[in-house]
Amino acid sequence: MSLIIGLGVILVLIILYLIFRVSNLVTIAKGTKTDEERSDSSNSLNAALFIIFMVVSLGVFFWYSFEYFEDYTLPIASVHGAWTDTLFWITMGVTVVAFSIISIIMFVFIYQYRYKEGRKAKFYPDNHYLELAWTIIPAIVLAVLIFTGLRAWNDITAPASEQAEVIELVAQQFAWTARYPGVKDNKLGGYNFRLIDAVNEFGLDLTDKNTFDDFKSLELHIPKGKEVLLRIRAKDVLHSVYLPHFRVKMDAVPGMTTLFKFTATKTTQEMRDELGNPSFNYELACAEICGRGHFSMRMPVVVDEPEAYEQWKKGQEAWLKQNPDYLKKVPAALQEAAMIKSGMQKDPGATVAEIGK
Amino acid sequence: MATTDIHIQHDVHHHDDHSHDEHHEGNFWTTYIFSQDHKTIAKQFLITGIFWALVGGTLSVIFRLQLGFPDMNLEWLKPILGGWITPEGKLDPEFYLALVTMHGTIMVFFVLTAGLSGTFSNFLIPLQVGARDMASGFLNMLSYWFFFLSSMVMLVSFFLETGPAAGGWTVYPPLSALPQAIKGSGMGMTLWLVSMALFIVSSLLGSINYITTVINMRTHGMSFTRLPLTIWAFFFTAIIGVLSFPVLFSAALLLIFDRSFGTSFYLSDIFIGGEALPHTGGSPILFQHLFWFLGHPEVYIVLLPALGISSEIIATNSRKPIFGYKAMIGSMLFIAILSFIVWAHHMFVTGMNPFLGSIFMLLTLIIAVPSAVKIFNYVTTLWKGNIRFTPGMLFSIGLVSFFLTGGITGIFLGNSAIDIQLHDTYFVVAHFHLVMGSASFFGMLAGIYHWFPKMFGRMMNAKLGYLHFWCTFIGVYLVFFPMHYIGIAGFPRRYYSWTNFETFSGFADLNMLVSIAAIVTLSAQFIFLFNFFYSMFRGRLAPANPWNATTLEWTTPRNPQHGNWPGEIPSVYRWPYDYSKPGAKDDFIPQTIPYSETPESNLPHENELIKLETSNGHGAIIVEGKH
Ligand code: HEM
Ligand SMILES: [Cu+2]
Ligand SMILES: [Cu+2]
Repeated sequence: MSLIIGLGVILVLIILYLIFRVSNLVTIAKGTKTDEERSDSSNSLNAALFIIFMVVSLGVFFWYSFEYFEDYTLPIASVHGAWTDTLFWITMGVTVVAFSIISIIMFVFIYQYRYKEGRKAKFYPDNHYLELAWTIIPAIVLAVLIFTGLRAWNDITAPASEQAEVIELVAQQFAWTARYPGVKDNKLGGYNFRLIDAVNEFGLDLTDKNTFDDFKSLELHIPKGKEVLLRIRAKDVLHSVYLPHFRVKMDAVPGMTTLFKFTATKTTQEMRDELGNPSFNYELACAEICGRGHFSMRMPVVVDEPEAYEQWKKGQEAWLKQNPDYLKKVPAALQEAAMIKSGMQKDPGATVAEIGK
Repeated sequence: MATTDIHIQHDVHHHDDHSHDEHHEGNFWTTYIFSQDHKTIAKQFLITGIFWALVGGTLSVIFRLQLGFPDMNLEWLKPILGGWITPEGKLDPEFYLALVTMHGTIMVFFVLTAGLSGTFSNFLIPLQVGARDMASGFLNMLSYWFFFLSSMVMLVSFFLETGPAAGGWTVYPPLSALPQAIKGSGMGMTLWLVSMALFIVSSLLGSINYITTVINMRTHGMSFTRLPLTIWAFFFTAIIGVLSFPVLFSAALLLIFDRSFGTSFYLSDIFIGGEALPHTGGSPILFQHLFWFLGHPEVYIVLLPALGISSEIIATNSRKPIFGYKAMIGSMLFIAILSFIVWAHHMFVTGMNPFLGSIFMLLTLIIAVPSAVKIFNYVTTLWKGNIRFTPGMLFSIGLVSFFLTGGITGIFLGNSAIDIQLHDTYFVVAHFHLVMGSASFFGMLAGIYHWFPKMFGRMMNAKLGYLHFWCTFIGVYLVFFPMHYIGIAGFPRRYYSWTNFETFSGFADLNMLVSIAAIVTLSAQFIFLFNFFYSMFRGRLAPANPWNATTLEWTTPRNPQHGNWPGEIPSVYRWPYDYSKPGAKDDFIPQTIPYSETPESNLPHENELIKLETSNGHGAIIVEGKH
């Protein structure tokens, strides 16, 4: 079968070659044209093709861009996402106007000034006013874009507020894990990469009492309308936290914690209603090449109403409670507190909760 | 001594050197293999570059099959790819990454750096500045053979059990440092590093030669302000290369230490494969800074020669002087300088200090200004021209179009706030393929079509050239333009498949279109290959100056021998863009015609220069003081 296809291809190639040879010989037999004549005939064709190309391609570009707008734009679900998208579309407006004007002028010149026998090109080596103008105008336009961009960037990267909801995201080949500070102390406990093992995947340092109520989640839950600060780290290689609907992207770097703060504006349910798609889910993807499973490093993301979010947090079991074996790593003096904070033991009363402080 | 005339008396040091070699007959080895002649070395770079372009293109089509037709059974590739095809007839995901990595490395370094600069800097610098050869033919030869060695090492890495490097062409550690992390980071990565080290040596040898030749070996009258823009472009490119490649070398060296000798330059706090590694204190971000300190200038190393080539071709075929010669040089200079201080725009969201992000955003958008100036100058050059669409001209116009389309999207990516979303999506893939990949590729093709007559003494078939152009021009837009939409929709790059994500589940249609267009575009290159090799042996014999161009290379015989000019090297009296000068008989005046012979077309200040020409009897004494 593949032999037949192969032979067929070879046959076609031979035929093409023969056609080429024959047409070549025919031109020679007809007498060699001078270069000028030759360029005269094909020249107009090429010039015309450029005009056709311009009209068709600009036409398709504008048609597709408007017609399929909904398909290639992602809905926005964060506060800063609205700013950056506005910047994006402002830049789009400015550049598409510039692009269209320059393209049209260029292709029209190409067509209009195609070779004509006897015409002489204009000797026009420079014009300083013109050059000055088209240096200064783009510079001004770019300056405006830069300054709007800078303001947004500074706001986005400014330190998070004290009240921000802190969540740790840990990347590894090829999965994401989230760690929440726990409702009792609302503080993330310490960790050390040397303490990581098959079970203690965060490398939790259980001598730190703040770890006791920390809990793990394979789904990223975030509250709507409250600032969230992601503390991002990686265990093995680079990864990148990418939350497309929230316009969030930040690399996960081994040996260095990175931060990104944002505020979600629509719960999962609201987004489902808005899109009319009851099975819609937010997702977290990896955006930095990290190996074989890079393309499958997905984490489901859920945005809850703040009350539902608090409810969800309360319902989660502390990591220590799920892995009671690790209680032996807790210093003797803190054992009791660990049992209480992790929820392994009923809290005898408010006073006991204070022991840890 | 063939040149015993007055010439030597005032310029001994760079005129008599090679002339005695003219009739020197080498054997096969010294003529074709270990040749020190710049023209032969240029052809060696060209042929090797074409080979790698085919390899790189084929790799991209293979992974485009995966992206465009995710359900296709690739069993039929088994004879070539063997174990890289899974039993289900799919591409192995790790091999997908290896393909992407090799494709990027090959295209950027082997095709568009060595294949483009290597070919045209070597071929054109001596011919256009009026020299018998490069400053050092021997180093030039070494430069090619280091490149050859480098590409052989890379080629060998394809046949390793564990496959070639697979961490992306940017080879970010820790992924590239840890064989536990991906198979390609084993021997494949070692060979990648060795290959790149050899490549850097090759590139430096070449660049030093180009710089020296341009500075020291210009013929009489060839002042810097009379250099064609091609030479200016090659000159800046070489300087950028000399300053930036050593940084890549040190980046690679430290990576080698981390990989093999247990140092921790880039590694810290790593737990992989069930154990914690001893490394502490290193920073993966450091590698990124070092890499992009080369990586960004590299973009201009790839692009500037192409811009130089197209400037020359557009002026010649519009029959007009290039508009704003000085502005073109100025913008290239400005781009060359700025290219060193924008690197961190590739790192806005790597965890780098956001304040640095602000600075680099500012610098990046500044670089857009000289780029815009270049486009305006091209367009104005076309205005009121008398344009001949030779294949070279078509590809140059294509280049300007890609440079515009791809450059525009740079304004989005340079804006750090917007880049948060676009970084590492297909928007970036679309951007750099147009502005750097396709534009430079078209510059290379334009150069081949334009200088083929000088390289091989024969003409390429123009009709096939037109066909090749239109297939490729439209094909490239069909491949890369849709990627903008896919990118705006958020699709991440270096993904083997998107089906794991609901968010990225659309656009099967566009992805299929892109893949089909890629296959067609690649196939169209065979038209070129046929034309190229056929014309080399059977093309119409080329006239000495087929395009009626003004520059020096067209004053050589049809097949310039070693030493380039049979007699003495011609002197230069004017700039290279006297096209369609008012009053002149022809629509071009070669650089070798003195003003004293063209009183009818001289501008007032040029009449002044006649005195200098004649008072000297012969060679023009250079006003700008070269002695
Ligand atoms: C037939 C023409 C080409 C096609 C179809 C093509 C296609 C692609 C695609 C789809 C990717 C992204 C793959 C991914 O991220 O998963 C890619 C990556 C890349 N391409 Fe091309 N490309 C072509 C020509 C070129 C040329 C001429 C260059 C020269 C600059 C180039 C340089 C690169 C680079 C540097 C990468 C990035 C590699 C990486 O991510 O490590 N490509 N190509
Ligand atoms: Cu990844
Ligand atoms: Cu860059």
